[in-house]
Amino acid sequence: MPPDIEAIAEHVFVALADPSRRAILAALASGGPATATDLAGRLPITRQAIAKHLALLAEAGLVTAEPGERRRVRYRLRSAPMQVAQQFLAALARDWDGPLDALRDHLSR
Amino acid sequence: MGFPDRIERVVEIAHPPAKVWAALTTAEGLGSWFGNQATIDLRPGGSAQMTWTGGHTADMRVERVEEPTVFGFTWHIYGLPDDDPRRTYVEFTLVPVGAGTRLTVVETGFAQLPEDAYRKAYDGNTQGWASELGELVDYLDAA
Repeated sequence: MPPDIEAIAEHVFVALADPSRRAILAALASGGPATATDLAGRLPITRQAIAKHLALLAEAGLVTAEPGERRRVRYRLRSAPMQVAQQFLAALARDWDGPLDALRDHLSR
Repeated sequence: MGFPDRIERVVEIAHPPAKVWAALTTAEGLGSWFGNQATIDLRPGGSAQMTWTGGHTADMRVERVEEPTVFGFTWHIYGLPDDDPRRTYVEFTLVPVGAGTRLTVVETGFAQLPEDAYRKAYDGNTQGWASELGELVDYLDAA
């Protein structure tokens, strides 16, 4: 098993475990790239706390910083790590017990 | 953390392999117990599809057909975007046990990296499954 895929998924789940970071990621997902100031205007989180969370999320590769208008840095959600985390969730969400029960019932009819 | 790559189940079914095989590999069978409707082109490389009344569709690619013992296919990883190349490999193995069948289903490839997509999803090996796998015996005694 590749070790990095596990590390990537862990970054995602750690990020999502914090309600402020979850709110920041959700805001970027729903509204697109935004600056720390934009996010502070939309979320009940101080600009300073948002900047700290964005730095952590950027380091974990979950958002990327890109130059925006008037040299203000805008943050954009990176979907690739989320898709790795989805693989993990897909394994947990896969239900074979239900279909196999249904197969048994089907053959017994 | 433990990224699960492989899921397996073993069930004992009180019907011979030929009957279980038909349930797994025909449109009529798959459309009865798995999907609500199904189509299948039963040959390696052939397409199969299951649809559910809720509107969900699963597209499969048939990989192994060794009647009546091994049936394998790959399909899309649920939840990933439709254009994502990653697929998991599902293999059913049927072993006669008395008058019934021991059916093993193994799904692998959840922990693959994107660039490994097809190779990891289906490596086409043929080792004996039944001997190496833990069994969930008595699973089906209720029937």
